[in-house]
Amino acid sequence: MAINWFKYSSPASFYSLAGKMIPLFAAAAVILLIMGLYIGFFIAPTDFQQGEAYRIIFIHVPAAWMSMFLYVVMACWAGFGLAFNTRLSSMMATAIAPTGAMFTFLALWTGSLWGKPMWGTWWVWDARLTSELILLFLYIGFMSLQAAIDDPRRADKAGAIIALVGVVNIPIIYFSVQWWNTLHQGASVSVNQAPAMASTMLMGMLIMVFASWMYSIAVILKRVRIIILERESHTTWVAELQKDGVA
Amino acid sequence: MKPRHKKLAMIVAGVAALGVASVLVLDAFQSNLVFFFTPTQVAAKEVPIGKSFRIGGLVTEGSVQREDTSTTVYFSVTDTSHTIPVVYTGILPDLFKEGKGVVAQGKMSDRGIFKADEVLAKHDENYMPPEAAEALERAAKAQKASLSE
Repeated sequence: MAINWFKYSSPASFYSLAGKMIPLFAAAAVILLIMGLYIGFFIAPTDFQQGEAYRIIFIHVPAAWMSMFLYVVMACWAGFGLAFNTRLSSMMATAIAPTGAMFTFLALWTGSLWGKPMWGTWWVWDARLTSELILLFLYIGFMSLQAAIDDPRRADKAGAIIALVGVVNIPIIYFSVQWWNTLHQGASVSVNQAPAMASTMLMGMLIMVFASWMYSIAVILKRVRIIILERESHTTWVAELQKDGVA
Repeated sequence: MKPRHKKLAMIVAGVAALGVASVLVLDAFQSNLVFFFTPTQVAAKEVPIGKSFRIGGLVTEGSVQREDTSTTVYFSVTDTSHTIPVVYTGILPDLFKEGKGVVAQGKMSDRGIFKADEVLAKHDENYMPPEAAEALERAAKAQKASLSE
């Protein structure tokens, strides 16, 4: 069966498709979250040097990964929107920003809570922490710039520039712990090395990462649906939705 | 080339140019981005003189000495090729241990002792249960013993 993917680049048909997908992703998020937290708090063993305090890793690492990953996805959509003038791409970028910003804040916040008992400080200006803070500013900059421009098409273009420029920060965050000496330790899990974590700990963490993915997809689809309705409010299909009382 | 492909090519080129620019800038600032200096750098006088800076390395095994009546503690920081003696008054982080990572901020005194105002623990990226850590340590000891035989 050939699926006509281009059909879904029209906001009207994507609106209904997204509506059908949200419950699936939301359910997966809840199930994975419960599994991940259960493994993280009850099954994963105590750590040999950090004791129970390391368990914040089950929130911190997924949040930090998502903060970087969502930024790349957001910049890709914004770039597509800029290059091809596709409306839905730019709406996706706008929908991703708040979730990305939330995960960035969560990573910084949990990191700070973790830093105090383990390192002895809430915050240091090392390369990893500073570049992650810049990521938060990029998300906030993207959102405020878009909010400041009334014409949505111009707002999309201006936002896309910030999003694309900010992409250079992502490899800086990721490799900061290798390129410079930092207080933050190196990566425990990376593509080219065996993970430096006990397998149960790793499993709990990865399940939490999948839970964050599912959550992000569900929330972003929900948000993009609202953006579609707002921006397409002048069209007949939105008017028909309202008449039917679905919207 | 279609106009939209041209636009895409320009965006890709723009991001690439920006990437190259940031690599150059970061490379130029390399020395300002370090969070701490190693004892070897201190020995080579690469550190700012008369100013506060951070040193990082491992706490030398057997070097920690505490004063009985105060919270002053003496230890040394090593990167295995050079060692710097450190004095610090205050509360140490829980993870501060001999043989483990540490980052101390302070100034070099005239007598070559580093007077720290802040001591932070730097832990590694390994996470495992205590039993696994003990097993690893036993294995390392056994290997050492068999090597020295």
